[in-house]
Amino acid sequence: MNFDPRFSGRKFASVGTRPIRPDGIDKVTGRARYGADFNMAGQLVGRILRSPHAHAVIKKIDTSKAEKLAGVKAVITAKDLPDLTDGDAAMYDILDNSMARKKALYDGHAVAAVAAIDARTAREALKLIEVDYEVLPHVTDVDEAAQHHAPLINDQVFTEGLEEKPAKPSNITKRTQFGHGDVHAGFAQADFIVERSFKTEQTHQGYIEPHACVASVNPDGTADLWVCTQGHFVYRQHCAQLLGLEASKLRVTSSEIGGGFGGKTHVWAEPVALALSRKAGRPVKLVMTRDEVFRASGPTSATSIDVKIGAKKDGTITAAEATLRYSCGPYAGSWAEIGAMTAFACYKLENVKTVGYEVLVNRPKTAAYRAPSAPMAAFAVESVVDELAKELGMDAVDFRIKNAAQEGTRSSYGPVYGPIGIGPTLEAVKNHPHMKAPLKANQGRGMACGFWFNFGGQTCTDLNIGMDGTVSLAVGTVDVGGSRASLSLVAAEELGIDYSQVKAVVADTSSLGYNDMTDGSRGTFSSSMATISAARNAIKILRERAAQTWDIPVEDVVWEKGHAIAKGEKYGNLSPLSLKDIAAASGKTGGPIAGHSELVADGAGVSFATHICDVEVDPETGSTRVIRYTVVQDAGKAVHPTYVEGQYQGGAAQGIGWALNEEYIYGKDGRLQNPGFLDYRIPVCSDLPMIDTQILEIPNPNHPYGVRGVGETSIVPPLAAIANAVSNAVGVRMTHIPMSPPRILAALEAEREG
Amino acid sequence: MAGVAVSTTINGDAVEYLCQPDETLLEVLRDRLGLTGAKEGCGTGDCGACSVIVDGRLVCSCLVLGAEAEGREVETIEGMAHGDQLHPLQQKFLEHAALQCGICTPGFLIAAKDLLAKNPSPTEEEIRFGLAGNLCRCTGYDKIVRAVQDAANVMKGA
Amino acid sequence: MRYIRPLSIEDAVGELAKAVGPAAILAGGSDLLVRMKGGFIEPELIVDIKRIGGLADITETADGFRIGAAVPCAVLGENKALRQAWPGVVEAANLIGSKQVQGRCTITGNLCNASPAADSVPALVAAGAKAVVAGPSGKRTIAVESVPTGPGRTSLAKGEIVEAILLDKRPEHAGDAYLRFIPRTEMDIAVVSAGVNLTLDDKGAIKTARVALGAAAPTVLLVEEAGQVLVGSKLDEATLERLAKICSGACRPIDDKRGTIEFRRKVAGVLARRVAAIAYKRAGGK
Repeated sequence: MNFDPRFSGRKFASVGTRPIRPDGIDKVTGRARYGADFNMAGQLVGRILRSPHAHAVIKKIDTSKAEKLAGVKAVITAKDLPDLTDGDAAMYDILDNSMARKKALYDGHAVAAVAAIDARTAREALKLIEVDYEVLPHVTDVDEAAQHHAPLINDQVFTEGLEEKPAKPSNITKRTQFGHGDVHAGFAQADFIVERSFKTEQTHQGYIEPHACVASVNPDGTADLWVCTQGHFVYRQHCAQLLGLEASKLRVTSSEIGGGFGGKTHVWAEPVALALSRKAGRPVKLVMTRDEVFRASGPTSATSIDVKIGAKKDGTITAAEATLRYSCGPYAGSWAEIGAMTAFACYKLENVKTVGYEVLVNRPKTAAYRAPSAPMAAFAVESVVDELAKELGMDAVDFRIKNAAQEGTRSSYGPVYGPIGIGPTLEAVKNHPHMKAPLKANQGRGMACGFWFNFGGQTCTDLNIGMDGTVSLAVGTVDVGGSRASLSLVAAEELGIDYSQVKAVVADTSSLGYNDMTDGSRGTFSSSMATISAARNAIKILRERAAQTWDIPVEDVVWEKGHAIAKGEKYGNLSPLSLKDIAAASGKTGGPIAGHSELVADGAGVSFATHICDVEVDPETGSTRVIRYTVVQDAGKAVHPTYVEGQYQGGAAQGIGWALNEEYIYGKDGRLQNPGFLDYRIPVCSDLPMIDTQILEIPNPNHPYGVRGVGETSIVPPLAAIANAVSNAVGVRMTHIPMSPPRILAALEAEREG
Repeated sequence: MAGVAVSTTINGDAVEYLCQPDETLLEVLRDRLGLTGAKEGCGTGDCGACSVIVDGRLVCSCLVLGAEAEGREVETIEGMAHGDQLHPLQQKFLEHAALQCGICTPGFLIAAKDLLAKNPSPTEEEIRFGLAGNLCRCTGYDKIVRAVQDAANVMKGA
Repeated sequence: MRYIRPLSIEDAVGELAKAVGPAAILAGGSDLLVRMKGGFIEPELIVDIKRIGGLADITETADGFRIGAAVPCAVLGENKALRQAWPGVVEAANLIGSKQVQGRCTITGNLCNASPAADSVPALVAAGAKAVVAGPSGKRTIAVESVPTGPGRTSLAKGEIVEAILLDKRPEHAGDAYLRFIPRTEMDIAVVSAGVNLTLDDKGAIKTARVALGAAAPTVLLVEEAGQVLVGSKLDEATLERLAKICSGACRPIDDKRGTIEFRRKVAGVLARRVAAIAYKRAGGK
């Protein structure tokens, strides 16, 4: 296969239009089937018993009473999920997170599970399971956990990445460092230096659909799993490995997904459901409650970050340094590492150094959350950048423009940038009417920049042309927000046919080759690349069939606007053959026509955004309202601009929630105090203004249409943009996210008292 | 536990079922009647994904017992379109891309229908406060509000 | 577990009185079902009172208003006469939860759930509302503030039901108002709240005043000193300052997931000032 992924600068007919999505009708009529909307004959209800303790040794579990309860068909503990991970530490952690093996490591950690004939019986059975815990000291705060005297979560952890292997175990699993130049020398050149420390609290992705699956394991080793997931192929691999199944015998079907944002990228309760089904010999449906979702799935890291930036009087940054501590939950992760990579990615820096520390705490296993780790780092860095601009007496936008990274800049995390959008987003913001709109008393305007890498990865797509000339496109990346519409547009574009002739579906794991999951903003980027490739392969066959029909060499047949055209004056009497014509004859010309594509989508273009935000702060209560918000972001090429806007708006809204009110609140007992939507306060409709968007299109040179991922970057700037706006409104620099009313009021009171 | 026999009307059809005393209307709709359009996002009345209309009142079906539906009239998302004719709100949600993942959409549509029934010309603020009981984590609400505004205009013209 | 739907208050009282295990009264269910879902309560008996005659009605009487225990809060907002007479009570009732919750929840349930943060209760206390209690030994009418005795606890005896809330007729030159502080704009439980009910004399000076605070102590607080400081004033700046100080001082709040002691103290005073100004304006004060 010789697919050429390079950007070609073509004119578009379908791409860039805004049709209705193919899965839309089912979603507005209630027919779309999500994780919990599927049932199998004879299905049981699965439920999980969870630890009430933040840290405890599981001395003994007695399930005998539960097993005797009428209607209970299976009870499992970690014994029923033996360790088959064969030294794969990451998979072992996922296994242990699915069902605690020796210790309960956080409030909500699964310790046992039941399958029963109905929910009531299952609930009763959980009460009959007796767990003998030896409660251990716990630690939930990232800074406390990093201290030498902190309770140890795993005594086998010795900090990696230090020059010498430490003698004592620690909660810090890893140290990583990025950067170049000499920051000491850089700070020595600086006329102004701003140095500050920041904290951000833990937040949850907050998808409205709880994790849900139906698992059915047969005695012959075949199994089915229906599940809401961002990556059913990944779930298949995880489950097959953890259950000892053959991957090809486990068919995983991704249901419609009710939000994921990174939280549905690895398995949680699915291995438990499969183990219950295997033991009971019947299908098992397992749906988490909202309480379980908060206590035992998701969240992103809580962080503690120190930033120091120095600049000359003329506004040139001479050095930038950050130390980032990110909580990982009780299992090793690379969250601080990603934060350290992204922290200064927007800027052109001679001297830069970032150090990340991964910290274990007695909280749920940290999961990816939309541009994971980047928003917190951006909050700290962009706050200091703003403060430094003030010290310099420079406009915040001009200061950033002066120091913005550009094509050829060596990024703070290593690679040299190709064409990038940070400069253009800043210029667009500088000229945006929002920046000139008047403000009233107690109102303030802030702006901030953000960066995200974007992923590519393994992708496989099938494009099948029906005899009626319609096209079914089978993709393997889960559609989290309208990608079936975008990919149908891409197929229509490449084939030169109308969007209405294409219908995209997400195929199950037995119908298509492996696909990485929908994460890293890769869904549309990578599957559109594979779709273009599949369409080109189909076009090759269409041309061959036309050549065969005409009995001319295939080299003389070109494909234009959905038609095979015989090229050259000698074929002047041959009317073009439409895709429909060729498809109709396909039974007689060689059989079904299809295009396939299997590729690794390299070259995901990095993505930048700059946001503007106006807030109004009530100085008597600390209450903050976002009154105007503008997102400017580079999309490379917006395939379906409405859904691109949707990604920009959605990310901004999540960032606003994070900035102002969302946080995990733990009691002294190590228990989560707010595992529900009442007190874990995601923004409601009346909290937000319209969110204006401006799409910039700086083509990604490594994609035929110039597409970049767009899903994640929009959550990166809001924390900082709002913090800067609050600072400009009431004159206090907020260093702790969320900027909840009690925190803002306390900061204002402290300021007043001087 | 004794089952409760219930006769009710759902989307205009007479329906009878037996449910447990502590079973919610949401559980009855989804697990007994196969009406899975109403979603359980929280089970505590905080997200609105299970919104239905009972005797003209917008409610969270997770906060209503199945037994309470006796003699009532229940409207769910499955009854919103008339045959193959989508309700203007459904059409506008599609046109404005007022959904991404779509899990909150049935609840929003039911709540918006109730809102426009009580206030056919809502301001943006009235829409935002009227729909504050429905959580959406994908859209930032912008396109939802615009879809409701547009549907209100269409419905007034009709 | 049994679910029953009695048609008379006597039957409801009788069933509750003879219930062996835990029994629960179901009106709107917006607290009860949440507690059942969370496993905090497993009633043996659920008594649905919505079909008891009169309990689902608001009636205007010679003395004022009688709001049946099963009237959803949304219906309060739709009752023009009630809205005009007691705007503070109605705005408080219409702040509880979402539109969905308001279609179910009742002010009687809000009172009997006995949360110190209940939105309608400070407004009812300020309004001097009464609760009609039906029980095995007959009926009694008590001040609403005597119903809750602590978080989740009430003074009601076994078999007793609050069947209605009574509000007086609105006197001339009078107004009430309610404000709460929440981090979002909707859907939150009050972090702290204040209700004020005022009557003015012919010259626009405050004649009587009741000030109540929510989420500031284990029960809703009637701050009598705060009412006294308002009497005789035209709500000048100095009076408002004193009001705020008294209210902040009267608080006995806790630190929890919704707010800190300092925040609640400070904001109780801020809200008291703001809500007094609204009530004063509604009473016709200038």
